[in-house]
Amino acid sequence: MNPVQAVGRSTLGLLRTAGSVAIFAGRGVAASVSAPWFGGQMARQVVAIGYLSLPVVGLTAVFTGAALALNIYTGGGRFNAEQIMPQIVALGITRELGPVLAALMLAGRVSAAIAAEIGAMRATEQIDALHTLSTDPFRYLVAPRLIAAVLTLPLLTAVADTIGVAGGFLVATQTLGFSGPLYVQNTWNFLTSWDIQSGLIKAAVFGFIVALMGAYHGYNASGGARGVGRATTHAVVSAAILVFAADYILTSLFTAK
Amino acid sequence: MSAPETPMLELRGVRKAFGDKVVLDGVDIPVARGRSLVIIGGSGQGKSVTIKIAIGLMAPDAGQVFVDGQDTSQIRSAADRAAHNARFGMLFQGAALFDSLTIWENVAFRLINADKVPRKEARERAVEALSRVGLPASVANLYPIELSGGMQKRAGLARAVVAAPQIIFFDEPTTGLDPINADVINDLIVEQVKRLGCTAVSITHDMASARKIGDEIAMLHKGRIVWRGPAADIDRSGNAYVDQFVNGRADGPIKVEV
Repeated sequence: MNPVQAVGRSTLGLLRTAGSVAIFAGRGVAASVSAPWFGGQMARQVVAIGYLSLPVVGLTAVFTGAALALNIYTGGGRFNAEQIMPQIVALGITRELGPVLAALMLAGRVSAAIAAEIGAMRATEQIDALHTLSTDPFRYLVAPRLIAAVLTLPLLTAVADTIGVAGGFLVATQTLGFSGPLYVQNTWNFLTSWDIQSGLIKAAVFGFIVALMGAYHGYNASGGARGVGRATTHAVVSAAILVFAADYILTSLFTAK
Repeated sequence: MSAPETPMLELRGVRKAFGDKVVLDGVDIPVARGRSLVIIGGSGQGKSVTIKIAIGLMAPDAGQVFVDGQDTSQIRSAADRAAHNARFGMLFQGAALFDSLTIWENVAFRLINADKVPRKEARERAVEALSRVGLPASVANLYPIELSGGMQKRAGLARAVVAAPQIIFFDEPTTGLDPINADVINDLIVEQVKRLGCTAVSITHDMASARKIGDEIAMLHKGRIVWRGPAADIDRSGNAYVDQFVNGRADGPIKVEV
């Protein structure tokens, strides 16, 4: 195959996949915004995606906040600007690192789990069984996961924001000699509500991406156990890449405001 | 002279290919109301594809599927599709029980989620359906992973019949079972189909099962029905493909592709 053919084939493949994901997303959204809803499934997914992700998101946030504080303190020291560290930590966490890191943790934990579960259901004909039992798999499997991820990732991000800032606070007050009350006051006075809101909006979009990639790759898994493994890998990788891409696009939109 | 009865299920001129491989090449399969048809054939001859197209899990490239005279490709709305699906029951090869649900929740799945039957009543009906297939009430709260293969098949059968479908599909109902359990499942299938008075379509390559559960047997080979007749005539079909398959001979017109 000559290089032009190879490029053409890859481009067509990419377009085909993009179209397939778009159709899947459309069906998922349609099933999410119209009745009937499966309340029990949704509650289970809120627990699995949201509540059970709290430890990993919390730990990631506290260490990232602490490391960020140290880096900004060191970098700021090069031009005698160490004192702006609390503000930069707060801004970095709320606008960027809180939502992105929470989404990446979810991509690893949740997207993989969704792809594996739905992929295994595909391999064992459980999805076909749903059809024969007059139940739309998009309503029963996809919509609850999309809704749960869109609702819970902003909440997880709010937790990550708080814990991340607390991580910076701990390092600043325990090892860098900052005054505790002053640190809190500087952070509070500096942050605007938009800093927090923009991070939470990002989180909702990231939640949709993470759940969508898990569901899409799981639903289309083929080839038995190997296919499920492949679907899991693709779900995590594609979710992570799309989170970064969406992060850039949303940040561009928010900063152009 | 009375008009011929409309078949309960009919595949007419159904064709399906995957890439270059033609799996079904203009298949015509009418099944009369209340009859049990078994489709036999070697692996990879399109038996599973036939059943998936019949039940609407897969769309044919050409041809039509009629259920009680209605062309299923003309069903448009979700409500009509749900009502259409409610006429079917299916026992999958591996039972396909939902492993996150208990056995009774599996059996009552359609009752609770599609028919909106209250959970208490659905549970009672599920336990009753389980007892009909020889499973005690004590298994109702177990999960599928806690059941043997034979018990899972029974639970799958209970799930397929609990809502009294008009047409039931059986996909390799005895695969993976020992001969005794296979015979028990065959007996249960015959019993349940007779009790409900429904139409049944099964696919299998287990001849003992085909003889027991079928009123008629059809043989699918290279995407076409090469023989069809009463189950009682299977040993005197006069068809070389059927003879080779039924007697399990390596020599004959059917060549095993490797």
